[in-house]
Amino acid sequence: MKSISANGAFEENIPQRRRTGQIWHTLFQASTIVGIIFLSALLYSVLNQTFGLVAIENQVDPAALAVGGVSVEELSKEQLVAVLQEHVSKGLFRRFEYDRPFAQRSREEVYRLVWQHVVAPQAVETWSLYESIFARDEIEAAVAEEFPDATLQFRSWLNRRLLTASQSSDPEQAGIRTAILGSLWTIAITILTAFPLGVGAAIYLEEYAPDNWLTRLLQTNINNLAGVPSIIYGLLGLAIFVRALEVLTSGAMFGATDPTTANGRTILSAGMTLGLLILPLIIINAQEAIRAVPDALRRASYGLGATQWQTIWWHVLPNALPGILTGTILGVSRAIGETAPLVVVGASTFVAIDPRGPFSKFTTLPIQVFQWTARPQDEYRNLAAGAIIILLLLIITLNALAVVLRNRYSRRL
Amino acid sequence: MRDTALSLDVQATGVAAVDLRRKPRLGEKVIQSFLLICAVTSIFTTVGIVYELARESLHFFTRQSWENTNKRIVADVGAQAATFEVSQGGAVLREGDIVRLDEEVMQIVSRTSDALTVARGQQGTAAAAHDAGATLFKASRATLREFFTSTKWNPQIGHFGVLPLVISTLITSSIAMLVALPLGLSTAIYLSEYASERARKTLKPILEVLAGIPTVVYGYFALTFMTPLLRSILGRDVVEVYNMASAGIVMGILILPMVTSMSEDALSAVPNALRQAAYAMGATRVETALQVVVPAAFSGLAAAFIVSISRAIGETMIVAIAAGAGPAFTFNPFQAAETMTGHIVRISGGDISYDSIDYNSIFAIGLLLFFMTLTLNVISQCIVRRYREVY
Repeated sequence: MKSISANGAFEENIPQRRRTGQIWHTLFQASTIVGIIFLSALLYSVLNQTFGLVAIENQVDPAALAVGGVSVEELSKEQLVAVLQEHVSKGLFRRFEYDRPFAQRSREEVYRLVWQHVVAPQAVETWSLYESIFARDEIEAAVAEEFPDATLQFRSWLNRRLLTASQSSDPEQAGIRTAILGSLWTIAITILTAFPLGVGAAIYLEEYAPDNWLTRLLQTNINNLAGVPSIIYGLLGLAIFVRALEVLTSGAMFGATDPTTANGRTILSAGMTLGLLILPLIIINAQEAIRAVPDALRRASYGLGATQWQTIWWHVLPNALPGILTGTILGVSRAIGETAPLVVVGASTFVAIDPRGPFSKFTTLPIQVFQWTARPQDEYRNLAAGAIIILLLLIITLNALAVVLRNRYSRRL
Repeated sequence: MRDTALSLDVQATGVAAVDLRRKPRLGEKVIQSFLLICAVTSIFTTVGIVYELARESLHFFTRQSWENTNKRIVADVGAQAATFEVSQGGAVLREGDIVRLDEEVMQIVSRTSDALTVARGQQGTAAAAHDAGATLFKASRATLREFFTSTKWNPQIGHFGVLPLVISTLITSSIAMLVALPLGLSTAIYLSEYASERARKTLKPILEVLAGIPTVVYGYFALTFMTPLLRSILGRDVVEVYNMASAGIVMGILILPMVTSMSEDALSAVPNALRQAAYAMGATRVETALQVVVPAAFSGLAAAFIVSISRAIGETMIVAIAAGAGPAFTFNPFQAAETMTGHIVRISGGDISYDSIDYNSIFAIGLLLFFMTLTLNVISQCIVRRYREVY
């Protein structure tokens, strides 16, 4: 703008300045668009892996299992048992019999065993959604050449089996049931820890705390805790909950020890660690909600002779509740997605049985995604993508709930 | 006096006396104390973090671990002998080194090319006879100096230099900031100075969605999308499967919403009067934005940047998935190198025993990480307090 002083130069300058302005405007707009492109690329890469063609090779062709012209789907239970006996090793057959005698098993169960252990379909190669749509012909040609026995099938890796099956070392059988249950248990503990503590702390700081060094220390401390990396909380959980309080967190104190865990690496430890992690977030949000309650309400309550706690309980809290809940939901949605602290606290790498209580070993949805991502096989990447979609749906639902709560109640006062 | 007057009044109207004096309310006190305890929990958390990190780090620096020197004694050594022959080859021993033969600890007083003169029975162990062929172990102990200057990290075999981990942390964070700073600031300027109310209403939720996605998903994105993309653009020979660049770029995308929303808050806080004054002087929109609004919001912007750096340094899952396992001292962003957080995750992911140098070492790294992020956060708070323009 230095040319303003020069007479006449001002007007000459205008087109130039407008052009510069235009360039910058485009730049700012472009960077916004780049941000959106990143988000789309992220969603694309997940969806791209969730659906796609799979070449499946059967160990034994189901047609070869037909007995006397009856296809394997229509065989009776006895015939299926005979098929199973013929095709699996003696040891394995004995183990099935030992697990549960065949006399007690239903036809469907035997059929499933035949399918898993005799036919044993294996994905020999998988393709992404993009390839499946735009290069279908090449894929078909390649499959015909490389895997003549394989059948090509379009598969959604996000299916009922993924949701209902537990973890397994065979990607065809693996699901996220244990992980979802683990996540729910962990989050329940997290809420039980963080909600009362967080709201209590916020009420104290907003309603009772005198303006002294202790209050200032508390406030600074909470703000700083909010900036501590989550992995540090994991180390804290490892040292305090898993190791120092092992008697409590392993359940030994209550005599409820899960035989599969002899240490403190349990759902309880994980939940409390996450509870401490989101505590500052809940406190800060609850403080804001309580601060937003107008003072007139408190004075009116005092004027009618209510005590301080009566005022808080009957007037401040009900009005601050939507804000407090919004903050809590946001905290919970953060906790659901947390991975690093749980790895440090000691999430199990392989849990195939459902968690039965706070003292069980645990794995959670993000941990499962992490482990599947880290494996080299393609099928696990596909499974991870399916699990990510469930995780994202869960988190987006929670966030949407928080936004609805905020919009619905924000204009009331 | 007033109390009596009131009760007299009440009596006069024929109602029973009401005592309106302040009463001690035990229940209220109990509730207040409980709430205070809730608030103090946060202090316990901080104390717990500092105490545990410091305690285990102290163990890390005082712990003696034994390194195999591959040197053996040539002949039997009696309990009294102060000088004995050792085999050639193996690790170099110096005067003053602490060595161990079987269970006995000794200190080297002087040495020649093939013989050692030692002080026997050190550190509370008794001097004993040793058979020919017994292996010498050398004591190694992490020193602060080695921790901060050595370029090799492998605590189990006595390499205690944290630099490789710190360097790769700094490289991934710098790449992340290179992505997030310009993009974030431009988006913030666009949102606060250019965008219509409607555009803002659609863009802000998108940013919030981006900010809510778990970091492990970003890690997946880095490995399955960004790494193949980089490899196809720059060539498979240049870019390794696990590399810092891919992790850094995706980390930049991760902190982008945070930079944007904090910067936008800072820009929106600049009063409109300033903008109107600039327009009145004949400034164009971009001149107003860049020469008036941005400088006025400087403290908020600086704070946003510093907080983002601290977030990038502490970010874990992306680097754990995409940056590679195993510490490597390299400045090449296209190579694999483990960061501080990635190392903590990998070590603690396996079953580690509580009484090992590995267990102590992750706390030492954690302490360093804690101080780095805390310092950055405190700096950002100081900037806000010190340079904030009050309108």
